[in-house]
Amino acid sequence: MEKMLRNKTAIILFVLPALLIFLLIIMVPILFSGYYSLQEWDGIGPGSFVGFDNYVKMFSDDSGGFVKAAVNSFILVGFSVFIQLPFALLLALILATGVKGENALRTIYFIPVIISTVVIGQLWMKIYHPNYGLLNVFFNAVGLDELAHPWLADPNTALVAVIIPIVWQYIGYHMLLMYASIKSIPTSIFEAAKIDGASNVATAFKITIPLIKPILKVCTVFAIVGSLKSFDLIYIITNGGPLHSSEVPSTLMFNTIFHQYKYGYGSAMSIFIVLECLVLAMIVQKVFKTDD
Amino acid sequence: MRLSRINIKTLIVTIFLISYAVVQLFPLFWMILFSLKSNSEIFGGNPIGIPHEFLWSNYENVLTNGKVGIYFVNSVIVTFVTILISVIASSMVGYAIVRMKWKLSKFVLTLFLVGMMIPIHAVLLPLFIILSGMGQLNSYQALVLPYVAFSLPMSIFILTSFLESIPRELEEAACIDGCNIYQIFFKIVFPLIRPGIATISILIYLQSWNELMFATTFINSVKFKTLTVGIMQMVGEYSTEWGPIGAGLVVATLPTIVIYSFLSKQVQDSLMAGALKG
Repeated sequence: MEKMLRNKTAIILFVLPALLIFLLIIMVPILFSGYYSLQEWDGIGPGSFVGFDNYVKMFSDDSGGFVKAAVNSFILVGFSVFIQLPFALLLALILATGVKGENALRTIYFIPVIISTVVIGQLWMKIYHPNYGLLNVFFNAVGLDELAHPWLADPNTALVAVIIPIVWQYIGYHMLLMYASIKSIPTSIFEAAKIDGASNVATAFKITIPLIKPILKVCTVFAIVGSLKSFDLIYIITNGGPLHSSEVPSTLMFNTIFHQYKYGYGSAMSIFIVLECLVLAMIVQKVFKTDD
Repeated sequence: MRLSRINIKTLIVTIFLISYAVVQLFPLFWMILFSLKSNSEIFGGNPIGIPHEFLWSNYENVLTNGKVGIYFVNSVIVTFVTILISVIASSMVGYAIVRMKWKLSKFVLTLFLVGMMIPIHAVLLPLFIILSGMGQLNSYQALVLPYVAFSLPMSIFILTSFLESIPRELEEAACIDGCNIYQIFFKIVFPLIRPGIATISILIYLQSWNELMFATTFINSVKFKTLTVGIMQMVGEYSTEWGPIGAGLVVATLPTIVIYSFLSKQVQDSLMAGALKG
């Protein structure tokens, strides 16, 4: 057995396929991206080396709109962390206390998570439709006509209008993670709290939330990183418009590369997104650690 | 008195939970409703209610004229091949890392796990340039290979922890019976890790079936478009015809909903397994 487990040929045959795919499709291209980001290049002919100019330009030359896109992505982070997560936590806390139909409700709440973003995006475009969309039809029906609004066409409302489906789609995911974590707490703890006369709210804040802190950390990292690299729903619903009002770094990167053919500048944005995600994930880890 | 107060509280909580369930489900229900309507009905004062006449021809129309049939088949092919390659490749590496003895095993595992942190943005343009240089844009492999690559870290992570939890005795017994390492892997280990394989298959299905950024960049020929990009094209073609658009969206969602209604527990567990690396 021992000899068999040291069989070099077998090890190579087992490891090589996955390793080659992984290196050639993920690791090597990242190096390329880093290299492109130091160039000014339109994809045709040779590029010229410009050092870190592209990175400087992202933040100094505001006509590119990168700063605004970055701010928008942080607004999305804010909605995710301060609205999506607390709401998911509330649902998880209620469901985990054992309400009637607990499993059915959990299963229903989770449905949007697994549905394709293209379908969700198209569906929400219909919901926001100025004349026949669910939202405006509802406002007109209940007599609040003045609230009916061309949500996606107005630069003042477009950003929030695309943030809502993004936040809505993943509430069920965070809820599930938190719910499972609450369920893994020994029931004797809750029984003891009940005997001591603790109310549901007190139990939640004093016992449940402190005990599920590890999963809250995971959810926070997911919410932040997911928001910073968010692309699909915004690309589908507004593609960053109108007038760049709902632009985020990912959509700007995509349009810079594939519509303006600024390969170098777009690559700098992609590298920035990657680094930003890594740094913020590390910060969250630190914040939760010092709290312990 | 006390009892009624508790009842009111329960009532409020129940109303809240049910209304949220409605918020989650109604958009999907509405999508099915308008997929069966004609424009004149939607614009003529019935955008939300039950269709007066069920227009099944919207489905026929969108599957053939809207080419959603082609996109659907492409999605099935790409997703199926991705799952197949990914499952085989990741279980082989997983086995080599957990059971076999070689110097770099820890390093290779770490390398793969680092891959979990990398968003696809970072490789989009280089892959586009490489694929176009090789004349491989507009092909199944242009999607399958990147999907496999990005599913490997998660799959390997899940399978290695699964492999660690199964006892070695069966493998040792097989060795004494004269099996070689390949027979041990394919005949003994592979069947044992089936639950882990089910978990990663569900994750890879969701990832590949719903992926948009690669699909929209690497494919522009109708022949190879998958559902995500195909749906966007279809919406462009029908632009203001809500019925066929709704029908296309329903078709694209149907397999996921079918899988979910049979395996809702497994789907939820898979997505949790995918998260708990943190």
